[in-house]
Amino acid sequence: MSDITKQSLSELVENIKSKKLSSSEVTKAFVERSEKSKELNAYITENYANAIDKAKNFDEKPNLDLKLPGIPMAVKDLFCTKDLRTTAGSKILNNFVPTYESTVTQNIWNEGAILMGKLNCDEFAMGSSNETSFFGNVQNPIDKNLVPGGSSGGSSSAVAAQLTPITIGTDTGGSIRQPASFTGTVGLKPTYGSCSRYGIVAFASSLDQAGPMAQNVKDCALLQEVISTYDEKDSTSIDFKRNEYSKELIKDIKGKKIGIPKEYRVDGMPKEIEDLWKKGIEYAKDCGAEIIDISLPHTNYALPTYYIVAPAEASSNLARYDGVKYGFRAEGENLIDMYEKTRSEGFGAEVQRRIMIGTYVLSSGYYDAYYLKAQKVRKLIKNDFDEAYKKVDAILTPSTPSSAFKIGEKTNDPVSMYLNDIFTVPVNLAGLPGISIPAGHDLKGYPLGLQIIGKAFDEQNILNIAYAMEEKINFKNNITDWWIK
Amino acid sequence: MSIDLKTIKHISKLSRISVDDKKAEKLAGDLNSIFDFIEKLNELKTDNVEPLTSIAETTLKLRSDEVKSKNLRDQVIKNSPKENEDYFVVPKVIE
Repeated sequence: MSDITKQSLSELVENIKSKKLSSSEVTKAFVERSEKSKELNAYITENYANAIDKAKNFDEKPNLDLKLPGIPMAVKDLFCTKDLRTTAGSKILNNFVPTYESTVTQNIWNEGAILMGKLNCDEFAMGSSNETSFFGNVQNPIDKNLVPGGSSGGSSSAVAAQLTPITIGTDTGGSIRQPASFTGTVGLKPTYGSCSRYGIVAFASSLDQAGPMAQNVKDCALLQEVISTYDEKDSTSIDFKRNEYSKELIKDIKGKKIGIPKEYRVDGMPKEIEDLWKKGIEYAKDCGAEIIDISLPHTNYALPTYYIVAPAEASSNLARYDGVKYGFRAEGENLIDMYEKTRSEGFGAEVQRRIMIGTYVLSSGYYDAYYLKAQKVRKLIKNDFDEAYKKVDAILTPSTPSSAFKIGEKTNDPVSMYLNDIFTVPVNLAGLPGISIPAGHDLKGYPLGLQIIGKAFDEQNILNIAYAMEEKINFKNNITDWWIK
Repeated sequence: MSIDLKTIKHISKLSRISVDDKKAEKLAGDLNSIFDFIEKLNELKTDNVEPLTSIAETTLKLRSDEVKSKNLRDQVIKNSPKENEDYFVVPKVIE
């Protein structure tokens, strides 16, 4: 079988289960393609030789009852992997080798998958273009010098370029859905509390969630089924009845009520995005859904709220990087000097900026004006969704206000970079699940995504809607392998 | 509102991130444009709104106070930047 890497996860699982393919054949094919794709810079750390050994072991004693039998997979470098370097895209963790495994990745290996390597990302997941990574830019396989989105940019690039059959990212304000949208792939941000945060390098703890990134909705549902478990090691993990998302996946969404929030029609939204959204509404109608206009009145306040809450939590979480217990250390004249130099040399500019914002909004005299205010507005944003969900089952919006942009285009203007997340951030603030599916192309031929937002714990419903719409949309990613010499 | 260089130096001290004058100026510019954007929240009256303190509306589960991981010393020390068998090593603190 020559085109192994062109197969979807579901096809690969079926072919391994029916013994048409071995894990070794599959793993070697993806390793070989990854090796030829260095120009994308999707990987930070490669684990190829180890993966091939593990695949061989799997084939000697295959357990074909597992959900991901012998499937090779590269993951975002924000997940701690035992005995394999985990950097979070930062110089400060350049030499960090975890002695423990994150729950989400452990769940994946327990179902038979094999770790192929660690994928590039924005430093500590702070960014929308993968340009803040200490390990350099990642190329979007769609076009040269185009950003793959961020922060899960290595993940989106690797899935779109078929260097890994599927992957996981993390999403604090859009870091799964925005890169999925920029690369023509599917990305799900689950309900807060669905996937354990244990062993994931923390950015903003009340917003962070891990989730699958895939070539299609069915693959995405399968991986969500594997990674979503209750975990007592994460005190915010929620013990609810989880569906078997891939088995329960159906295309029948007749009579589902889908809300269209008028506040998402933002000023200066390109016509292409407006048209895509209209097309999306037609697709949903074609599937039998009922379209209902709704209002989420505090939408415009979501980004300013996010840029208080997320940096505040980050400044607190990143206090642990002091050069004492692990990670990079700069020499200093005394202890304080060592701390200050370590953090100044170890963190990149965007991370330092966010730590400073967070420290400021939490500092004496400013806490009420900023942090407390933001927590109150966050409540209003959540109330908006609660109100809307009295009338509808799900909400349909564009995933991003534009298609992918060029590397370097927005690096000098932090606010214009932050505006990328305008449609995704409210979902994190309200703790809801959201999925981005590819839905069309702009005039340059770059992919554009639509986002379906669900009620808390209603992943099955948005996966079903995405599955039904995916068939109608019939999106084809236009990838030419330009980076392979 | 405007964040001046003195404030930047103060935040940098609280953040334990050393900042020279050139970096401070760049940061002041960036932070001012970000705070201009954040000030939008002041349009909203929130006097009677309860702040959202937990997004997951569940109470924390209780568990028995048992030690589950034992003998992790080697693992804990393993990634320390300055090697020493038994301790984390830092620059001299007490003269």
